[in-house]
Amino acid sequence: MKRLLIWLPFLLFAGFVLLFVLGMFKPDDRVITSKLVGQPLPAFALPAGASDRPGLSSTDLATGEPHLLNIFASWCVPCAAEAPQLLALKQAGAKIDAIAIRDARPDVDGFLKRWGNPYDRIGLDARSSVQLALGSSGVPETFVIDGKGRIVHQHIGDIREENVPEILAKLRAAR
Amino acid sequence: MKLIVKFWVAMLANLMISGVCMAQTALPPAPWADRQLPDPKQEQRARDLMLTIRCLTCQSQSIADSNASMAGDLRSEIRQRIAAGEEPEHIRRWLIERYGDWISYEPTAAPILWPLWAAPILLLLGGALLVRGRIRRKRKAP
Amino acid sequence: MIAEAGLAALWLAAALALLQLAFVWFGLTTDKEDLLQSVRPVAVAQGALTLVAFLLLILLFWQSDMSVALVAANSHSMKPLLYKIAGTWGNHEGSMLLWVTVMGAAGMAVALFERALERRAHMATLGAQAAISMGFYAFLLFASNPFARLNPSPPDGQGLNPLLQDPGLAFHPPTLYLGYVGLSVAFSFAVGALLTGQVNAAFAKAMRPWVLGAWVLLTLGITAGSYWAYYELGWGGWWFWDPVENASLMPWLAATALLHSATVLATRDALRAWTVMLAVVAFSMSMVGTFLVRSGILTSVHAFAVDPTRGTFILILLAIYIGGALALFALRVDSVREGAQFDPVSRETMLVLNNLLLVVILGLVLIGTLYPLLTEAMGYKVSVGPPYFDRIVGPIAIILMIVLAAGPLTRWRRDSAAAVGKRVLIPAGVAVIATLVLAVLAWGRIGVLPFLGLVTAAGVAVASIAPLWKRKLLRTPLFTWGMVIAHLGCAVSLAGMAADSAFTVEKLAAAKPGDVIQTAGWTLRFDAITPIAGDNWTALQADMRAERGGRSTAIHPQARFFTTPPTGTTEAALLTRWDGQLYVVLGQEADQGRWQVRVWWKPFVTLIWLGGILIALGGVLALVGRERRGWIAKFRRREAMAA
Repeated sequence: MKRLLIWLPFLLFAGFVLLFVLGMFKPDDRVITSKLVGQPLPAFALPAGASDRPGLSSTDLATGEPHLLNIFASWCVPCAAEAPQLLALKQAGAKIDAIAIRDARPDVDGFLKRWGNPYDRIGLDARSSVQLALGSSGVPETFVIDGKGRIVHQHIGDIREENVPEILAKLRAAR
Repeated sequence: MKLIVKFWVAMLANLMISGVCMAQTALPPAPWADRQLPDPKQEQRARDLMLTIRCLTCQSQSIADSNASMAGDLRSEIRQRIAAGEEPEHIRRWLIERYGDWISYEPTAAPILWPLWAAPILLLLGGALLVRGRIRRKRKAP
Repeated sequence: MIAEAGLAALWLAAALALLQLAFVWFGLTTDKEDLLQSVRPVAVAQGALTLVAFLLLILLFWQSDMSVALVAANSHSMKPLLYKIAGTWGNHEGSMLLWVTVMGAAGMAVALFERALERRAHMATLGAQAAISMGFYAFLLFASNPFARLNPSPPDGQGLNPLLQDPGLAFHPPTLYLGYVGLSVAFSFAVGALLTGQVNAAFAKAMRPWVLGAWVLLTLGITAGSYWAYYELGWGGWWFWDPVENASLMPWLAATALLHSATVLATRDALRAWTVMLAVVAFSMSMVGTFLVRSGILTSVHAFAVDPTRGTFILILLAIYIGGALALFALRVDSVREGAQFDPVSRETMLVLNNLLLVVILGLVLIGTLYPLLTEAMGYKVSVGPPYFDRIVGPIAIILMIVLAAGPLTRWRRDSAAAVGKRVLIPAGVAVIATLVLAVLAWGRIGVLPFLGLVTAAGVAVASIAPLWKRKLLRTPLFTWGMVIAHLGCAVSLAGMAADSAFTVEKLAAAKPGDVIQTAGWTLRFDAITPIAGDNWTALQADMRAERGGRSTAIHPQARFFTTPPTGTTEAALLTRWDGQLYVVLGQEADQGRWQVRVWWKPFVTLIWLGGILIALGGVLALVGRERRGWIAKFRRREAMAA
């Protein structure tokens, strides 16, 4: 018994080293994913975020067809970077709606004019309340919503070229 | 050692790594982000809750101490809900439903956190057993 | 040229460390006296060379030599000189060089000044110090070279960082490092004692001043860091249980326990295993702290370079040194003969309780800090922060404070519970009166823990002065004064912490010039917003007048903006009075020409840091007191022999 007690500090330390090794070699994962994946979309109704598109409500996303919901903002640099990928997705047949976070209509219009507008509807979330309701932790993020209004997948960060096939696949599977 | 220096450096680094934007918006803060509720009891409950909710876009801070706009928005949301009569624990559960246990600094009753609560008792008991051998027990008089 | 000279000095120092270790090893194992004779000069030379390297790096920063990569990344020609110099250690490589320099200088000091230790133990200590230094030299030379050149050299540097340009932040790292790395001496002493089988009173007596010195510096470093965070971050918080803050608290807790344990070993020749173990744990915590800060493994606002290769290197060093020392302990502790048991009511037992509680708090802080890492390895993300730590550590700290009150009033060897009870009567009475007063004034308005904190602080403050009663104050030994003041400092600090939790009043307002804000007996008049500019910043300054009891003072909180890199800081306006601090912050512009103003009235909050300074002062008095007694005794012996 005394033997075990004397070696206890060493053993505990070995445990800590193991923990540190695990921590060092795990991929660095600072993103907070939404826990609502698999759950129905929370109810919301947002006013129009751009001059030439209608506003967005949760009912618009439960019409029987799957949609992509893109969370973006005009002040967000990676959102501009993912614009080409969103246009490519739209050309591939995806229906894309958006929520603009902490934005104002003139700024959204400016952003869309500069980077293109792949969206059918754009909701304006001036105080991040819908963003919070969705469990989204930043911009840009893209959700795949199925025909019944359930969140099927969450993509965090800007959509890169290599992400496009995967998102299309998830969209098709969500029928 | 250089608190906010590394905070911003890490934020910028984060930008490169995950492609998620950490910039701040030009819009003014949300209405109740920096305004206290008129009822002091409600304000106290809101404040107590805010101190236990973690800021989503900061490194390691509660939303009560943060300049980030999303933290402000969440403060505003919390104050509005408490003013409307919602219970703080209900709001916390709502947030945990969306972001997981991570967002609450107040450890929940989730099983994964039980060792945290057991730790002080186990350590105190363990320590007491360790020092027992050092202290001479009084022998009862024959 | 200078950079190359610095690098050369570092390589030489590393080589000397290897030589030092070799001399000790072969000298002790083969009993070669001439090898052992050379150890001390080599240690002195090694320390001197690291000092040279460090001074050369400071010189490079002073001159803003942009051809050195480190200077280019962390300095700027327009920085004020003071901050150019402070920039030397305000980065990963520079602070690692500081670490290594303190180790070398400490080794040099042990080689020059340590006279009390037995020869073989002294040699083994120097050998251990060299062995540890070598690992860190290797880390510095192979993975964190501070003297690397940049070709072509940029016209100017990137590091005009505003938050580093602050006196508090400039000097907080060196104090902390002197503390952290100073504990390496205790570690080396412990390893030396285990290796030569000399875990005894002489070892404790020799080690104690080194531990006291490191502990005093660590106390000052933590106090300074807390105060800096308080006035700079703009929200009035002074401790966040952030992983890096915890990384500085853990060595401090271990060092405090070590201090007390070494005293028992020195005076009673007991608690040998505890003392040696605590000496190992204290520096181990310093090393673990360095690892946590530099590996990026934990999320923290403090985190240094997030570099996995560096993190792995430090982890390997940790595994070798701490693992080695703990294994040595396990293998050798049988040979350490433990003293007799302690009487249940005795100062020895109180000190054992003290150590136990300190180690429990240490364990809880460690577990809490690492817990998110553990759960993440299992796939869950959790957050452990102030709500957990305050609630768990708080009560145990209060129990510790009660032990702190009763301990010095308990006799060595054997005392009776009744006698101790009588001595504690007055402090306990004060605590009871405080309870009644507080209950009447503030029942239901303050939380349980702050209430207990205030009441305990009152009792402990009286109890800490008790050892001075009925003594001729000028004849009381200096180290007794040291103990009294340090313990009083603990009570003062606790009172400040509890008062801050209990009585702080917060007011958030959206004010425009001409408005009046009233809170906690203060009237603030917001007169104007003025744009002003400094060396490398522009700011919006609020001109306000704070008035209480007829006296009005002008205050100027600022919101500052820097351009390289683009950052904003708040310069809070602090108004200190005898009974607290008024803390005013100018925030962002709200709408319609109104500004967000945050006002706190924090009663007695400055006691927190005043207490910290008292604790450090107590340590200094104890250190000087014992050393002086040693010199006086030596002087008298010499006189007696001459007579």
